[in-house]
Amino acid sequence: MTKPLEQTTWQEIEIGGILTKPGSAREYDVGTWRSQHPVWTKSRCIKCGVCWTTCPEGGISEQPDGYFDMNNYCKGCGICAKECVTGCITMVPEEE
Amino acid sequence: MEKFGYAQSTKFDTFASRLLPREEYFVGGHRSCQGCGEALAVRWVCKAIGKDAVIAHATGCMEIVSSGMPQTAWMHPWIHVAFENTAAVAAGLEAGYKILARKGKLEGKPPKVVAMGGDGGTSDIGLQALSGALERGHNFTYVCWDNEAYMNTGIQRSSSTPYGAMTTTSPPGKLSIGQSTWKKNMVAIAVAHGIPYVATASPAYLFDLYFKIRKAVETPGPAYVHVLCVCPTGWRSPTELSVRLARLATETAVFPLYEVVNGHYRLTVEVPKLRPVRDYLRLQGRFRHLRDKEIDFIQRQTLANYELLLKKCQAPFPEFVPLAHEEGKEVE
Amino acid sequence: MAKPRAQAKRVGMEVSIAVSHAVRLARAEGIAAYPITPQTHIVEYLSSLVANGELEAEFMNVESEHSAISACIGMSAAGARTYTATSSQGLALMHEILFIASAMRFPIVMTVANRALSAPLSIWNDHSDIMAARDIGWIQVFVENGQEAFDHSIMAFRIAEHPQVLLPIVVNLDGFILSHVVEALEFVDRETVDKFLPPYKPRHRLDPRRPVTMGAFAMPEIYTEVKMAHQVALSEAYERILAIWQEWGELTGRYYRPVEHYRTEGAKVLFLTMGSLSEVAEVAVDDLREAGEEVGLLKLRLWRPFPFAALREAVDGAELVIVCDRALSPGGPGGPVHSEVRSALYPLAQRPQTLGYIIGLGGRDVSPATFKEILVSARQELQKGPSQEFYLFGVRGA
Repeated sequence: MTKPLEQTTWQEIEIGGILTKPGSAREYDVGTWRSQHPVWTKSRCIKCGVCWTTCPEGGISEQPDGYFDMNNYCKGCGICAKECVTGCITMVPEEE
Repeated sequence: MEKFGYAQSTKFDTFASRLLPREEYFVGGHRSCQGCGEALAVRWVCKAIGKDAVIAHATGCMEIVSSGMPQTAWMHPWIHVAFENTAAVAAGLEAGYKILARKGKLEGKPPKVVAMGGDGGTSDIGLQALSGALERGHNFTYVCWDNEAYMNTGIQRSSSTPYGAMTTTSPPGKLSIGQSTWKKNMVAIAVAHGIPYVATASPAYLFDLYFKIRKAVETPGPAYVHVLCVCPTGWRSPTELSVRLARLATETAVFPLYEVVNGHYRLTVEVPKLRPVRDYLRLQGRFRHLRDKEIDFIQRQTLANYELLLKKCQAPFPEFVPLAHEEGKEVE
Repeated sequence: MAKPRAQAKRVGMEVSIAVSHAVRLARAEGIAAYPITPQTHIVEYLSSLVANGELEAEFMNVESEHSAISACIGMSAAGARTYTATSSQGLALMHEILFIASAMRFPIVMTVANRALSAPLSIWNDHSDIMAARDIGWIQVFVENGQEAFDHSIMAFRIAEHPQVLLPIVVNLDGFILSHVVEALEFVDRETVDKFLPPYKPRHRLDPRRPVTMGAFAMPEIYTEVKMAHQVALSEAYERILAIWQEWGELTGRYYRPVEHYRTEGAKVLFLTMGSLSEVAEVAVDDLREAGEEVGLLKLRLWRPFPFAALREAVDGAELVIVCDRALSPGGPGGPVHSEVRSALYPLAQRPQTLGYIIGLGGRDVSPATFKEILVSARQELQKGPSQEFYLFGVRGA
């Protein structure tokens, strides 16, 4: 886990402010942003993968059984539900 | 595929979403708005350029959401310098790798150099650097993320803002209908530089975009790809419609998908029956103030532009004479 | 016993051409430059060296100075040894990016053929262009003749690329007065330069095998720390610069110091100049000494990092330091160098008086007589108490 900014000393910063860990954005919890999330009705899912392609976040991943499901990068935008070919995705409000 | 005229690839027989590359090069955890059409475009362009590439990026939405210290969403080697000089930085990278390769100081081949910038950093403040880099003929690809305004600074107009759109610096009012000029034709500007590959692309037509980017990075010399990026925040549209709106843009001929290969125009996504522009405009709050008068004008102008584009696609002559010693086969 | 001197070849050549040869000997790999008087001969000659295969480099004919420095950043990020040159308006156009180049720690070497800034447009020499760029965070040196221009252009690469420095560097030489004159100078041979200047080894480059993100943005929580790191790198470069100058001295017999002294023994009054003005001032000092005046000359060579200790040491014993600026900061302290010198001396318990004179703006000729007149004026001013913040010397209509 990268050290929080407020605790980083000037000596700890890489030269020129260069960030040396590609993809470290994965540490940032954007999941707290969403107010709704997608739910798949597996019986109508044809595993086409369109939902996975249309997610701006990479917030959908293929599961071992071949179906797709959200991960914590989902921001709840609803594009996947709109683009789903069979209409098997419903956006459901986040529970409090 | 033939029927739809998608940018072609002979490497694949089947086009299925789930067969596209899984490795993410623009990872989750970036801080774009929900439903950001630009982030979607970036995600796929980064996959399409391949692992052996470096990116020079302009100041803008994508740069800010992806590179706040200490975290980065980029898996590629990536550099941000300023707003208006991305093409110059990319040109420098290309020249740097070239001389290092020539002196035997580079392990392996030079990586692909890809410049990325928003419509602001490309068609306005960055136009000079882009023109210079295209003219000098560097071997690089420039990708423009066109969300049709200076979104990152709060939705101010750019020369890519469409006619009639509301932005904070082209607000509708008693004396104004919003943006009063027509969208600048960046493709024509790129073509006028005589470069071998220019294209428009949209994340709503993913395979078309994917293969166009591949073509662009494989083409020797400069390539320019102009990508339509729906911005729900700036366009005042529902977040879930970001792909649908991009598709409508093409279906209404507002944003046709085509490529220009060595000066020859070619439509890559044919729309047999165009939809009225109203279908596209009415879903966006930024056009809500438009009256029939403006919408009719937009419809007429859009159709006229599209007709001209179709004529260009049928023209037996190219827009320019490619340099004879550099003429090569079109990249598949 | 002194080390044997490197093989020396004495030639007469235009200083711009000498600088081009220095860049060639330094094996610069990436050059991106836009022509502007009076830097043009440097880039023209470099371009012909590349065209003839005498310098193995990529020469980019960029479409503006802003793109020149941007392309240099690109070339440096790829891992190439990078050079550019400019003057005046060109330097001003680069301004935005100059700060970025140093904060991102790219060891770019730049020659500035100092020229006055518009308006009014002037192609002639003064220091206003570089003085408007004091805060860019680059190492900055001034040279006073062709030999120094040649020497420092080679050393610049070694300094910039030093693994603990990794900062860009400006070598300032007076436009026309130096760039366009033929001077006699000693070349250093290829073998010696190659031994002195090993190939550039970047700490970070853009390489798909080791991806990094360069140019991330900083929230308020961290911006100060990043700036601190830059400040420390620049001020700690001081010792490394001195060590490299020392090494050059041992190789060539030409030793350089951050503050050069000329006939300062027992001097009560010291002139302070930068650049080619120093050689004119030397003639004046000689004449004045002959007339029995106890005057000397300080020549400020290293501008950034500022040589606080060396300056304070140099003025020890003097009663008056007359700083002769070649730039004007209107509405403010007048002479940038004077204001920094005065500020540097302020903490001293014992410190000389300082007066600031501005001469040679827009290429106006300065002769040894000017310095003698300045001395007279300075003494009068001190006697009745300084009447102005600074003196725009020789202006008609005063």
